[in-house]
Amino acid sequence: MTDALLSVRNLRVEFPTRRGVLTAIDDVSFDIMPGEVLGVVGESGAGKSLTGAAIIGLLEPPGRIAGGEILLKGERIDNLGAEAMRRIRGKRIGMVFQDPLTSLNPLYTVAQQLIETIRTHADISESEARKKAIALLDRVGIPAAARRIDDYPHHFSGGMRQRVVIALALCAEPELVIADEPTTALDVSVQSQIIDLIKEICAERGAAVMLITHDMGVIAETADRVAVLYAGRIAEIGPVRQVITAPEHPYTAGLMGSIPTLTQTDARLVQIPGAMPRLNAIPQGCAFNPRCEKAFDRCFKERPAPVLRDADGRKVACWLYDAIDTPAKEQANG
Amino acid sequence: MLAYIIRRILQSVLVMLVVALVSFALFRFVGDPINSMVGQEASIADREALRDQLGLNDPFLSQFATFVTRAAQGDFGISYRLQQPVMELILSRLPATLELALVSGVLAFVFGVGFGVYTALRRNGWVSNTIMTVSLIGVSLPTFLIGVLLIWVFAVELQWLPSFGRGETVEIGGWTTGFLTPTGRASLILPAITLGLYQMTLIMRLVRAEMLEVLRTDYIKFARARGLSNRAVNFGHALKNTMVPVITITGLQLGSIIAFAIITETVFQWPGVGALFINSVRFVDVPVMAAYLMMIALVFVIINLIVDLLYYAVDPRLRVDRAATRH
Repeated sequence: MTDALLSVRNLRVEFPTRRGVLTAIDDVSFDIMPGEVLGVVGESGAGKSLTGAAIIGLLEPPGRIAGGEILLKGERIDNLGAEAMRRIRGKRIGMVFQDPLTSLNPLYTVAQQLIETIRTHADISESEARKKAIALLDRVGIPAAARRIDDYPHHFSGGMRQRVVIALALCAEPELVIADEPTTALDVSVQSQIIDLIKEICAERGAAVMLITHDMGVIAETADRVAVLYAGRIAEIGPVRQVITAPEHPYTAGLMGSIPTLTQTDARLVQIPGAMPRLNAIPQGCAFNPRCEKAFDRCFKERPAPVLRDADGRKVACWLYDAIDTPAKEQANG
Repeated sequence: MLAYIIRRILQSVLVMLVVALVSFALFRFVGDPINSMVGQEASIADREALRDQLGLNDPFLSQFATFVTRAAQGDFGISYRLQQPVMELILSRLPATLELALVSGVLAFVFGVGFGVYTALRRNGWVSNTIMTVSLIGVSLPTFLIGVLLIWVFAVELQWLPSFGRGETVEIGGWTTGFLTPTGRASLILPAITLGLYQMTLIMRLVRAEMLEVLRTDYIKFARARGLSNRAVNFGHALKNTMVPVITITGLQLGSIIAFAIITETVFQWPGVGALFINSVRFVDVPVMAAYLMMIALVFVIINLIVDLLYYAVDPRLRVDRAATRH
């Protein structure tokens, strides 16, 4: 696994509070290959966005990385100094946020924000940067880019602003783009356009994408692999086809069952009973045990680790699949 | 844009008229100016003659109309007390007040913004905590007490700075300035600090609160995620957005600096319009009081106008007419 672009190893993110330390992300590991699209799904509060923030080094204090490591092309980036990390942000890892209406500084024109960002990462002249900015805006689908570039953000619609945000995230040609719910705040009609644009433009530049969303449909269409997060832990991770068509973890199965399909004849959608536990009340053993229909003794006592299930690299953290004689367990822990 | 300015100026004229009416009407009830102008032995006939001469027997509206027309031409009549044209009196005192207000305004703004930004960026440092604690004193101590304390420490105990007056002044084209002489500059320090301290702490706390708010916004997070340097994020992006609301308050504070100069001028016997006003109140010198009120109102109106135009320059979202033609 040394050829991974991004490698997250046993990541643990904590929030020290007055009432004790809350663990928001606990022992999360995954890899992103160059050019790959990894979908990260989960309910609100599952730690999706926090994982993204931890990777790019923008955890809000008092949140901190308490354990594990993050490697970018084999080099650790979780313990870099502020200045070294700043050089990685934008240049090697780009980020697209959820709400395009608030992601752009209202007091500067699109040109000013683009040119500033381009010139932060590349030693080129103002006019060269401007040319590059116009070309980028053109590429992300802003009509009449050369004229619109001098407009302020409030002159653009939501979808157009998200295109500008994508241009900004990509203007230093990063190897990895973290898209944190890039379509949640947009009209349904433009959501797929934006997703397609992210996918296309990243493929074109060979950039990998970490697509954070709670929309399984988006994942199914876009991602190569998917990681399902629950209460700050990985429940299941693997190639998108397998995970979607044959989910193994009861939580993933529940998620899949809750998506309406055109052919479905049942009167009601399947619903997972209960709610995700709060960070200060994560149960012992498997975090999903209070909501799991298949839970048995062991689930309440020991916490399952993600175990390799097949040759395609699917891992599931569930005691249901733990046969004592499986050699896979050792492989996953090692 | 032009229509906007014209509209604002018309509004300002209306405000000035209302202030004129209020000040004019109020001062009719302050007391009888004749009593303080003539001696006790003056006969009733003499008093009536003076009353007629001053136009005090005319109907209210015609008195007011005369007042407004003359005021518009800069004529506020003759001071009852000093028997000099009011405009002349005020103009001779104005440089002292304006210089004092300017220096304390600049001090308040520069240090207020500086400390505000510093305490916002280093939120939990001990220097920030010290500044915040000291600023509480600045907010809660009354101006005259600060002035007296400063005089006690720097003029009486240490004897570094003069405790009253303007020092030597130089006259340049009808404007007397204390900036050009050493004693003039030394005399400015204590009153300027006294007058500006409250405003400084106010601006500082406002800047800090606004900046903390701005630093939490998505566009700041996004700017950091793009790898912009801390300097570019804090001063290029955050500070500019912080300044939008700060401009309004600072503008209004500049107005109150001039208005509240009365207290500081009294404490330091500063020969400005504030001191002139206080003396006029004592002698029911209505023309001077009316002119002073009008002057303060005019200052506020002008500053408000400038603030609105600055807003327009800083925040592109307000330039609606241009945006409406796009899309």
